[in-house]
Amino acid sequence: MSAPIIEFKNVKKCFGETVIFSDFNFKVEENEIVSIIGPSGSGKSTLLRILMTLEGIDGGYINVAGESLWHMPWQGQYVPANSKHLHKMRNHLGMVFQHFNLFPHMTVKRNITEAPMRVKGVSRAEAEEFADKLLQLVGLADKADSYPNDLSGGQKQRVGIARALAMKPSILLLDEITSALDPELVDEVLDVIRNLVKEESFTMLLVTHEMYFAREISDRVCFFDKGAIVEEGEPEAIFTQPKEERTKAFLNAYIGQ
Amino acid sequence: MNGFHWDWAFTWEVFPMILTAAKVTLLATLLGSIFAIVMGLVFALLRRSNSRTLRISIYWVVEFIRSTPLLVQIFFLYYVMPEFGISMSPLATGVFALGLHYGAYLSEVFRSGIDGIEKGQWEAARALNLTIVDTYKDIVLPQAIRPMIPATGNYIIAMFKETPQLSAITLLEMLQMAKIIGSENFRYLEPFTLVGILYLVFSLLAAYGIHQVERRFPKEGFSLK
Amino acid sequence: MEFGEIVSVLLQGAVVTIQIVAMALPLAVLMAFSFGLIRLYAPAPFKQIAIVYIEFFRGTSALIQLYWIYFVLPFFGITIDAMTAAVVALGLNIGSYGTEVVRGAIQSVPKGQYEASIALNFTSSQRLWRIIMPQALVNMIPPFGNLAIELVKATSLVSLITIGDLTFKAKMLADTTLQVGEIFGVVLLFYFVMAQFLVFFIRRLETHLSKGLGRGGLHS
Repeated sequence: MSAPIIEFKNVKKCFGETVIFSDFNFKVEENEIVSIIGPSGSGKSTLLRILMTLEGIDGGYINVAGESLWHMPWQGQYVPANSKHLHKMRNHLGMVFQHFNLFPHMTVKRNITEAPMRVKGVSRAEAEEFADKLLQLVGLADKADSYPNDLSGGQKQRVGIARALAMKPSILLLDEITSALDPELVDEVLDVIRNLVKEESFTMLLVTHEMYFAREISDRVCFFDKGAIVEEGEPEAIFTQPKEERTKAFLNAYIGQ
Repeated sequence: MNGFHWDWAFTWEVFPMILTAAKVTLLATLLGSIFAIVMGLVFALLRRSNSRTLRISIYWVVEFIRSTPLLVQIFFLYYVMPEFGISMSPLATGVFALGLHYGAYLSEVFRSGIDGIEKGQWEAARALNLTIVDTYKDIVLPQAIRPMIPATGNYIIAMFKETPQLSAITLLEMLQMAKIIGSENFRYLEPFTLVGILYLVFSLLAAYGIHQVERRFPKEGFSLK
Repeated sequence: MEFGEIVSVLLQGAVVTIQIVAMALPLAVLMAFSFGLIRLYAPAPFKQIAIVYIEFFRGTSALIQLYWIYFVLPFFGITIDAMTAAVVALGLNIGSYGTEVVRGAIQSVPKGQYEASIALNFTSSQRLWRIIMPQALVNMIPPFGNLAIELVKATSLVSLITIGDLTFKAKMLADTTLQVGEIFGVVLLFYFVMAQFLVFFIRRLETHLSKGLGRGGLHS
């Protein structure tokens, strides 16, 4: 069996006095789809943000695709990564945000082509051709020349997905991508992800509150609480026969809604 | 290049003179602020009048005052008022000009402060059958004052920093004093630098003072007695 | 003196005023951007220098700065003509206020925009110039417009170091003729028209720049 594509070893993370992770260990295999569920403030989003290099760590190691994410070898030792190393590591990763974070001053198409052109040096023709394909995939071919502020929330998030895919990441991080949406817009976004995983294999790490979606799409579900994985396993097992009391309580609260 | 070095003896000689003139600067700022606050309130209240013509004319008066130079306004009052038989001392002219100019700025602060009061407060005052004077005095102003403090304070500091312009109509404030000392001794370095430092010190102190006033001010407002 | 003559003398002064604005404004914008960015992003010693510049020029008065540059610098062996002194003093003064405009506008761009640009792996300079700055610029236009009007007003100070600007000509005429009401009335009107012209121009610029941002969506 090949080495895991993501590996957290003894990771420590604090925000000032607040300890998020004290000794966190976690692995994701290549092409595995992992859902992270759990109460808010349990460190779910922080996990993704650390992987995307939006947050640093205070201890431990993280490996991504066989290389250390936050450290780099230097004179036979591992030292904190410089911006060049982080730049290289980010090529593996793509992220879709809860609040979309589309660039409001660019058209939908520019949002998708800007990074491939500027960061990867892809030609304009090639970038636009790929953007058209992605817009087709997310069902927004007719919105290429619109500006983000003219789109609905669901449309914005579909652009957000297309924008992340444009960089061809091997690992896709989805951070509560439907939490900011009106309920009736949730499915149009989730359908995009459903189609996506049908067509291609991805390593995907998603933080979500949509339990039925997590159950349907994941290879593995992790229940998070207070900065630790309380319980993990196949979705059917977690959702139908949770072992831990905290998992049961959490899932009951959701079903109750 | 005789003046390249700093002459401490000369500095100590002129320092008391500049401090005396600082009193004039501070007096002009103080009187100017009072006048500006009064004018600002008048403009702000007139901008809320029922007469559309009055509202629009006040808008343009304020716009006009704000978009023309204070120095020209000072000259205008200094040269033109006597034409109407009104002769004023340089200090009075200066206070009048500063008050008018910054009154126009303050009116915008006061207006947005008053506009910041929730509609429900006005409705409650009406429901209680308060007169318009009581509504302002007891309901609106007590709540509106705190948010107005920082902007008002900043404009008063800005006014303070524009008082040197009163030297143009021979008011013996700090800059005028420095200029006279400089031209009599052929040394501008020390007097001008001293004045600059005093301005810096005073405005930093004032900024600190405003911050303190704002911090100490009760958040929920206070009643005007 | 005939009214026409008065106006023509004043017009000569207005040309000088406009010249000073035209030279000091680019200097102010240059100072605002360079020191605003240094204040935000540069390492500590440069940041300190920027803070000293900003606090000094904002904390003292424009007229004193003008006098200092014009009267005191010669003592250090730096003699500059009145026009240069005027442009430098006003440019540095307005520029110091502009640094705060630049800083505030950049900081008002939502944090999510930085995060998205990191996630898409833009370099830090691409992040600033391609993602953050275009959005910040729109926020800067109205306060920069106000500063431009402040600059026009501040040019009147140069009359006190004997530059023949609009205010200088007005005072000269007022000292030699008795038509003070007409003179200062016309001068105030001149300044007012210049300010209104700036207001008009700035509004146009703002509409133009915010077009891409989808119906002023940034402000919503």
